[in-house]
Amino acid sequence: MCIFEILEARDLAPDVRYLRIKAPKIARRRKAGQFVIVRATPDGERIPLTIADSNAEDGWIALIVQGVGKTTKIVNLLEAGDAIRDVAGPLGMPSRIERFGTAVSIGGGVGTAIAYPTAVALKEAGSYVISIIGGRNSSYVLLEEEMRAVCDEVYPTTDDGSYGYHGFVTDKLTDLISERRHLDFVLAIGPIPMMKAVAEVTHPHGIETVVSLNPIMVDGTGMCGGCRVVVGEETKFACVDGPEFDAHQVDFDLLARRNRAYADFERRRDDEMDPECVIGRSHTAPGATS
Amino acid sequence: MKEFTLRERMTMARQTMPEQPPGERRANFSEVNLGFTAGLAVLEAQRCLMCSRTVCIDGCPVGVQITEFIDLVAEGDFDGAAKVIKRDNSLPAICGRVCPQEDQCEGACVLARKGRPIAIGALERFVADYERLNGLMTAEPPSVRSGKAVAIVGSGPAGLACATDLAKQGHDVTVFEALHALGGVLTYGIPEFRLPKEIVQAEVAQLEKLGVAFVTNAVIGMIDTLDDLLGEEGFDAVFVGVGAGLPRFPNIPGENLIGVYSANEFLTRVNLMKAYRPDSETPVYDVAGKRVAVFGGGNTAMDASRTALRLGAEKVAIVYRRSEEEMPARNEEIVHAHHEGVEFQMLTNPVEFLGDDEGFLTEMRLQAMELGESDDSGRRRPVPIAGSEWTEGVDMAVVAIGNSPNPLLPKTAADLEQTTRGTLVADDETGRTTKEGVFAGGDIVTGGATVILAMGAGRRAAASIDDYLRGGVWESKPAGVPV
Repeated sequence: MCIFEILEARDLAPDVRYLRIKAPKIARRRKAGQFVIVRATPDGERIPLTIADSNAEDGWIALIVQGVGKTTKIVNLLEAGDAIRDVAGPLGMPSRIERFGTAVSIGGGVGTAIAYPTAVALKEAGSYVISIIGGRNSSYVLLEEEMRAVCDEVYPTTDDGSYGYHGFVTDKLTDLISERRHLDFVLAIGPIPMMKAVAEVTHPHGIETVVSLNPIMVDGTGMCGGCRVVVGEETKFACVDGPEFDAHQVDFDLLARRNRAYADFERRRDDEMDPECVIGRSHTAPGATS
Repeated sequence: MKEFTLRERMTMARQTMPEQPPGERRANFSEVNLGFTAGLAVLEAQRCLMCSRTVCIDGCPVGVQITEFIDLVAEGDFDGAAKVIKRDNSLPAICGRVCPQEDQCEGACVLARKGRPIAIGALERFVADYERLNGLMTAEPPSVRSGKAVAIVGSGPAGLACATDLAKQGHDVTVFEALHALGGVLTYGIPEFRLPKEIVQAEVAQLEKLGVAFVTNAVIGMIDTLDDLLGEEGFDAVFVGVGAGLPRFPNIPGENLIGVYSANEFLTRVNLMKAYRPDSETPVYDVAGKRVAVFGGGNTAMDASRTALRLGAEKVAIVYRRSEEEMPARNEEIVHAHHEGVEFQMLTNPVEFLGDDEGFLTEMRLQAMELGESDDSGRRRPVPIAGSEWTEGVDMAVVAIGNSPNPLLPKTAADLEQTTRGTLVADDETGRTTKEGVFAGGDIVTGGATVILAMGAGRRAAASIDDYLRGGVWESKPAGVPV
């Protein structure tokens, strides 16, 4: 039986942790855009987490986890030397990587972590890569240094103007388009409203845009169909057909509604788990931006 | 012991297995059937006519020596009876509970003509439970090793049956399971009240004693391809028993509303993730006091409807497009569902699901059906009655209309031929696929079927793998390719 030992754990932002996990077989196979299903405790739920980075030689994968639900909060209490009970993957289709002329990688909050590996792969494929890193405030601008190391241009943006460009990622994207920059491809990963807004910005300009969806999942192998999303009028299973889809075809409103299916349950459970969380708890993800 | 005459045997009543009263059991997840007592088992076994032409054995997909084991039960040698069954069926405690006996051994029994077939399933269950509960299960890896290694993909009934036989032949067997728990459909699909999970775990523990290794969280196709298994991982053969795990939906408007589940998701949340427990970390739609509709007529539909009742639903209806006679579910499950208060809305089909502004299911549009000409399955085809549509309120809908083969593994092995339906092309007798060294069986080959048919396929593949590993040659094309 595999042991998924945590090799490194550190804070990236409030409630956001970087975890490097020993998983040699997953590391060897994994491609940008794929995810794993993680279970933290003996009776724990199964949650999907996109693989943020990996190293096949050293046999590890990295996850960037935002503590928004019970399982992610438990995972974020773990330290180096602890182990995660179950890690299954890699799952999902890899990102479509091509040599695009100019590609824009847009990450909102923890979404940047998911966009990062694809940005790296796009660069390696020979694209000119522009990265827009959105955060509610400066604390939530993630992986700026890492992005700068691989991307040709990097624009941090904050909703409150506390760092970088003052505005939403879509404002910066609109600027790039109005500067008559020719953009061939946009990858947007973040909260649903952000991804929807990016799709609305790029659609009139006919810029190919891809988003990574985060519906509720159980098995992650196509068996349950809980992760149904509608893309271009067609029902798809995000776990086996995705998680990346054509942003201009995705029914974001349906996804947003389906993701609230268990809101009552989660609220009750969170209250039981940590009374302090009740105070000032927001149902918007802390890194949310649009 | 009292000996009955043939005439007495022919007139004795079939013994009824004690069960939890319907009013009680519909509020708990404990097993419905309580099993024969030793006395009942002996009495039932003594009814057997010990026919010289063993038609019951012909009716068993794995050829259990039924008369031989029943004779031992009649003599009170329950452990001996269990050992006889295990020569042909490694999972009798499970099969005794979930096999469609009325279509197999019991259907063939000569006493079935009088409506009183020997309760072979109940006897099988009794001796298997007797053996397990008295600590008489034995398993030891054979001392003579073949030096060959086999990978089994999927720990459901096909994989477990295949693993058992191969381990007994002295091969090194490793079972890979995609989920965190073992057992496949026995664990995620069939509810606790029909098949307690401790039984599945006990069977797995037996296999471990036989020397079988289990690897969970291993999604073959993604983490290792079949070529990896046959190459650097060092396996000499692979058995693919990944099941039919891709739920079908009716393809009607509104089927993505919150509250519309595939049976796989609903049952997985409840069975595998234990959502029926108050302290579960995995949620399931809260049906307490609500109206539930389950679409389909198979065992899965029965399981889902009875599960919804146990979760506190006020009204649960099975909505089926044919009539009760055509339902593919086991008789016992249909009877149990009736007794527990599940409503049967027959000759009815959904045409649309309707919801509120927040995307929650609130209503369904249904239409009446009538039976027309017979179709390929020999059952009369349901035909919609024009202008018969109506709307009913509903809070949760569970779609149990079957599964397609899961494409995850096949799509990562280009040389593994598939049928147009997505099932794997494999020889029915040998399980050989179009890829050298790769065998397959169970639902991934047949499409959605039963536990025992999957086990039978697993066993036939095991015999064929054993042949192949002992120097047999690989035939390039499987014969008798199913359509």
